[in-house]
Amino acid sequence: MVTIYESKPVHEKKPGLSRRELLKRGGVGALLVISGSAVISPEHAWGLETSALKPETMATLIQMARDIYPHDQVPDKYYAIAVKAHDEQAGKDLAHKDLIEKGVADLDLKSGKDGYTGLGWEEQRVAVLRDIQDTPFFQAVRGGLVVGLYNQKQVWPIFGYEGESYSKGGYMARGFDDIEWL
Amino acid sequence: MTAPFDLKNDGVVVIIGSGAGGGTLGNELAQKGIDVVILEAGARHEYQDFINDEWDSFAQLAWTDKRTTSGDWRVAKDFPNLPAWIVKAVGGSTAHWAGASLRFQEHEFKTLSTYGKLEGANLLDWPITLAELEPYYAKAEDRLGVTLTNNIPGLPGNNNFKVMKAGADKLGYKECHTGRMAINSEPRDDRNACQQTGFCFQGCKWGAKWSTLYSEIPKGEATGHLEVRPNAMAININHDASGKVTGVVYADKDGRLREQKARIVAVAGNSIESPRLLLNSASSQFPDGLANSSGQVGKNYMRHTTGSVYGIFDKPVHMYRGTTMAGIIRDEARNDPSRGFVGGYELETLSLGLPFMAAFLNPGGWGRSFTTALDHYDHMAGMWIVGEDMPREENRITLHADMKDEHGMPVADVHFDDHSNDTAMRNHAYKQGSALYEAVGATRTLPTPPYPSTHNLGTNRMSEKAADGVVNKHGQAHDIKNLFVSDGSQFTTGGAENPTLTIVSLAIRQAEYIAGQMSAKSI
Repeated sequence: MVTIYESKPVHEKKPGLSRRELLKRGGVGALLVISGSAVISPEHAWGLETSALKPETMATLIQMARDIYPHDQVPDKYYAIAVKAHDEQAGKDLAHKDLIEKGVADLDLKSGKDGYTGLGWEEQRVAVLRDIQDTPFFQAVRGGLVVGLYNQKQVWPIFGYEGESYSKGGYMARGFDDIEWL
Repeated sequence: MTAPFDLKNDGVVVIIGSGAGGGTLGNELAQKGIDVVILEAGARHEYQDFINDEWDSFAQLAWTDKRTTSGDWRVAKDFPNLPAWIVKAVGGSTAHWAGASLRFQEHEFKTLSTYGKLEGANLLDWPITLAELEPYYAKAEDRLGVTLTNNIPGLPGNNNFKVMKAGADKLGYKECHTGRMAINSEPRDDRNACQQTGFCFQGCKWGAKWSTLYSEIPKGEATGHLEVRPNAMAININHDASGKVTGVVYADKDGRLREQKARIVAVAGNSIESPRLLLNSASSQFPDGLANSSGQVGKNYMRHTTGSVYGIFDKPVHMYRGTTMAGIIRDEARNDPSRGFVGGYELETLSLGLPFMAAFLNPGGWGRSFTTALDHYDHMAGMWIVGEDMPREENRITLHADMKDEHGMPVADVHFDDHSNDTAMRNHAYKQGSALYEAVGATRTLPTPPYPSTHNLGTNRMSEKAADGVVNKHGQAHDIKNLFVSDGSQFTTGGAENPTLTIVSLAIRQAEYIAGQMSAKSI
């Protein structure tokens, strides 16, 4: 069972995640923390509990998701939601668990001594992804994101997409022809 | 009032499919007092049940039964099991269609005579002319309530149209307007007026867009002569020793096989399912499938030369607001071989919501080239290219050698290779579309590959001679006189125009013919 939960910011909770529990992300973005079986974003008050995949694996998947479909204005939380289905599937399907764990291990191996998330620049990580883009692992992650990321109603406003409109009477009185700059 | 007909009733006309062809034919016959059973593979969802959400609606309406693909078209790589984006539900793809209702041009009925023989193309003149079809086009326009006909005002232009119109003016195009749309600009025929809701592809929740689901079918049912049987998947058409068809075997909602007896059978399951059914109905008497003495069943599959162009601007557009396709440029629809290809194409406004834009903008694409385009989703305008593609014998529907569906029926394989004429036309249209948006200040244009096919045509084509095609000019099988084809698969060639108006016109015409033949006891 994977849950994304809203947590209180870390400083409001019990103090002290040990150093061992810290996993540094690359040089960009906010810090993601591994604690027990969860990936936690102390800055943004959410956590992702994993059951089948290692939490470190999930953290790498979250970074990988952002590198595949980078939208700087979209917070990590939505990338985490977008990849959490892999944990659910891994719990039901050993072959899928294997695909993801081995895929991430291979990704780390190809990325040098600090692993994939240790690469500081997106273009460094993307270069590694280009190497593996035809693998079933990459395609499973990328393919899942197309729906997993872009079909989250919470991200639509970030892109200026308004979604359902029938209940609001359509756009007849809400700007279907409001363009002014032509 | 729905008329339930007995399975053993061999006096009924059985129509397979309830979309533009089947739904229209069913109502037309019912209005003439002829008993009709429509077998519809999908479920019945009334228009209030449609969903303003792209993936949820797709799950509700789309035909997602397994199919396979082959050929050099990109859809085979990107969507190997989804060659077509069509509907499995009562109303068929008239739930999904955008509403564009254009008549074919005169030369498009005479492509072999007009274009001449083209290497790699199986061109043929239709056995009917525009003049013969005009009275039926007029009836169909009235039936559908096509804007800018029958004194029906045009729809107002939305933001996406306004960008198109400004660009069209800059390029010097003369014929750009909000189209001839089967979408009510004012209440008509018990249907609401368009509320500029968007989501036309997801089924119109206002019922403003014409669909057989809430137009033809209820009218037919009210006569007591039409029964629509949903969740009835046709598997096989039976015939007797004399070679006449006698009934249709179908799987009901529980998967049980039933046979509905019939006096006449009309196939209208769209251009993949219709030939699949005829091929699957092979018997010792018709070893190559029904109505297939010409060997043309399943061949000449056409899908229109399509593609999209999206433009990104430095200011907002909100293209998704309002009617999805209510803007058209017709200037390129003419046949002008000096452009490097025969036939022509229409440019029509189009938008996708964010979820489908992500899926279809550049399938398989990733990285910043892809995501920076989506970042400007609300600054995008979009148009769709729809042009005449060349019929090719190699482009065809076949029965898969070993893959079967849940009913044991071989799945359809859809093979398609672009003809060089198709490619030249698409590239021309990409250039024109990009130039149009650049003329109004686009900072980036995106030539977007074809989506899974929505216009599936030609796989049971009409021909003067029995050797050249499957059906005659009334859609009647050359080989079997009580077997008809009533959908876009009877198109000899595809024209540049969205096919629904022509399908409806042919169905109205076919109903007259069938009624006449029945009265004369010829069938």
